[in-house]
Amino acid sequence: MATDTHETVASACLDSHGGAIGMPQLCGEWIPHQIFWLLVALAATFFVMSRIALPRIAAVLAERSGTITNDLAAAEELKSKAAEAEAAYDKALVDARAQAQQIVAEAKAEIQSELDVELAKADAQIAEKAAESETAIAEIRDGAVKSVTEVAKATAKELVAAMGGTADAKTITAAVSARMKG
Amino acid sequence: MATETEAASEGGLVFHPLDQFIPTSLFGDGAVHWYTPSNLTLWLAILVLAVVGVFVLGSRGRGIVPSRMQSVGELMYGFVYKMIEDVTGKDAVKYFPYIMTLFVFVLFANYLALLPMSYSPTSMIAITAVLGFGVFIAITVLGFVKHGAAFLGLFWMKDAPGFLRPIIAIIEVISYFVRPVSLSIRLAGNITAGHVVIKVFAGFAALTLASPAAILGIVAIYGLEILVAGIQAYVFTILTCVYLKDALHPAH
Repeated sequence: MATDTHETVASACLDSHGGAIGMPQLCGEWIPHQIFWLLVALAATFFVMSRIALPRIAAVLAERSGTITNDLAAAEELKSKAAEAEAAYDKALVDARAQAQQIVAEAKAEIQSELDVELAKADAQIAEKAAESETAIAEIRDGAVKSVTEVAKATAKELVAAMGGTADAKTITAAVSARMKG
Repeated sequence: MATETEAASEGGLVFHPLDQFIPTSLFGDGAVHWYTPSNLTLWLAILVLAVVGVFVLGSRGRGIVPSRMQSVGELMYGFVYKMIEDVTGKDAVKYFPYIMTLFVFVLFANYLALLPMSYSPTSMIAITAVLGFGVFIAITVLGFVKHGAAFLGLFWMKDAPGFLRPIIAIIEVISYFVRPVSLSIRLAGNITAGHVVIKVFAGFAALTLASPAAILGIVAIYGLEILVAGIQAYVFTILTCVYLKDALHPAH
């Protein structure tokens, strides 16, 4: 930063134009100046760093790692909770399925027993009706046989009378009965 | 980095690549005494303000989810913290604020010095020497306080054959005392060299024919300097960690 103003400055390390003679860094005249201001700046830097900046950054870093650890722990906890919930869900599902099967089996058994009862009732009814019918048929048959016998007796008596004979009822009845057996 | 190369009133190129390192008084044109606020003072103040901006204002939200500036600060914090843990050991974290201050100071000084018109504190050999010898003295004192005379075992190789031990001890002592010198000269030399090279290229830009090449050269060297600025801050810090390890655990 040499300017012409240096011409007026008396210094052992500057020439008449304000240029440096040799290396300005080695000029003994300025060394106390450099050391003094260096120490001031170093002290200021050290103060700022050790008193304010570094504790603050250390606190922030510690807080951050604490937060991360906590968050990880919380995530782990939530994960285990989720696994628990899943297991509970699975269990509920299995239970529900078993219950459903049980209900189905019960319903089936109930229906079967009802069906059996109804079937038995129906069978009984059918048997009753069949017996009734049988007696009716037997009656009808008996009635028919009796009618045929009477008609045959009457017809036989009329035939005998028409041919000029007389027949007593006793003989005719015996003859008709013998014929009908044959 | 103003180009004050006055080309050619006398018909030739004039280079003043070192004039950028001259301290000038901020107020008035008087001589620069040890207490005079100068451009060095100005740029150190800007450095402190930048540190406050990144690390204090940037982290004022204290966000669990960091803002951009806060994450930059946290990144540097984690970088240096891990470096100390890995290189020096877990018992060294109590020296973290000191090493972090060193790293941040050198890093910010290097990068701020790459701004045009800026003044570069870390190119001053006196300044890097104070840093380097400060580290050296602090670590040596720490070593003796922690281990007493046993700290000298650092120089006495028990594994070496007996007749070699004194020779190795001499070499170890020399290398031990070279540490602060190499620390400070490495940093100041790198930064000074970069700035001087850029200035020399800028001087050539005064020639019409050479100016495109000169400007390209400035761009290329500037890119290199961006790398160097970060690397030198890293090297300074990691060497400090290595030396601190010797003080805490002198046994090889």
